[in-house]
Amino acid sequence: MDLVLLKELNAERAARRAAILITDTADGAGQLVREGDEMSGALGEAIGRAFRSGKSGLAEIEGRELFLNVHVPPPRLVVIGAVHISQALAPMAKIAGFDMMVIDPRTAFATEERFAEVALHAEWPEDVLKNQPLDAYTALAALTHDPKIDDYPLAAALRAGCFYVGALGSRRTHAKRVDRLKEGGLSDAELDLIHAPIGLDIAAASPAEIAVATLAQIIEALRKRELAGGLSMRAA
Amino acid sequence: MDASSATTDNLDPLQVAETWKSGGRDVAIATVMETWGSAPRPTGSQLVIDSAGNFHGSVSGGCVEGAVITEAVDVIETGEPRMLEFGVADETAWRVGLSCGGRIKVFVERLG
Repeated sequence: MDLVLLKELNAERAARRAAILITDTADGAGQLVREGDEMSGALGEAIGRAFRSGKSGLAEIEGRELFLNVHVPPPRLVVIGAVHISQALAPMAKIAGFDMMVIDPRTAFATEERFAEVALHAEWPEDVLKNQPLDAYTALAALTHDPKIDDYPLAAALRAGCFYVGALGSRRTHAKRVDRLKEGGLSDAELDLIHAPIGLDIAAASPAEIAVATLAQIIEALRKRELAGGLSMRAA
Repeated sequence: MDASSATTDNLDPLQVAETWKSGGRDVAIATVMETWGSAPRPTGSQLVIDSAGNFHGSVSGGCVEGAVITEAVDVIETGEPRMLEFGVADETAWRVGLSCGGRIKVFVERLG
């Protein structure tokens, strides 16, 4: 690898974009592959698998021993609403390896006492997300039920291609939400990507159980997600 | 990008490698390419080394770093990459081993 290639790789990583550095173990020659790059054949398949799993490893391809080092941004979870479910979600998300952030402008909810261990912002989502934009390695869960708080970040998450977008609320609540977001310019195809009612269907009843169902659904979306080609098609 | 991001962390080996090389130092990068058994650091873990033996990162829990650094200084001189293998059972090739019972393959290359 040379310095030019290393700089390119570090730029991708700093921008929270997935990349694979391929090294030929015979001579150390390197090649950088970005998610969504067109790659065919056995190498293309190996690259696709590596992006999906996030796992680095050696591959024998056409007589060459190649090392695929996968650099995937660490997954983030942005939760809108400093509610009871979010409190239960905070320790679970941490154990599962997510970097969790809670945003809620209602200062009665967003207190350090209720959320000691996560990044907490007692501000409007539009203000927080301006400085820390959403991306394809971020999951967004909107848990307030309040359109004034939830609608903006839901639309922003769909536009940013977040790997998971979920919203709490009954089917009736969600139908009204879809109507509002459609007026805001989002398409049916985009709105179909919102997981609502939120969480895998495990008949969760308590806030803690809904947190389990939601986290499981987020993990499923992360591990089964499409490659960026599919995501950028949606964004187009 | 906010300053707390992992990739801008000044302990990130690849960021350190870029900074060192850009500052005119000769640098080698060691990468764990394969592991068997209970290896201490996962595949893809990296250690960067300069020609004076300064290093950042890790390829094991401290068991084989010394040997990797020695090899890396050679690699910086010759420019020829090497694949090193470490394991408890492998007594002839290397004097150092992994106390955890695992085995690892470490690739060492010069940053050009």
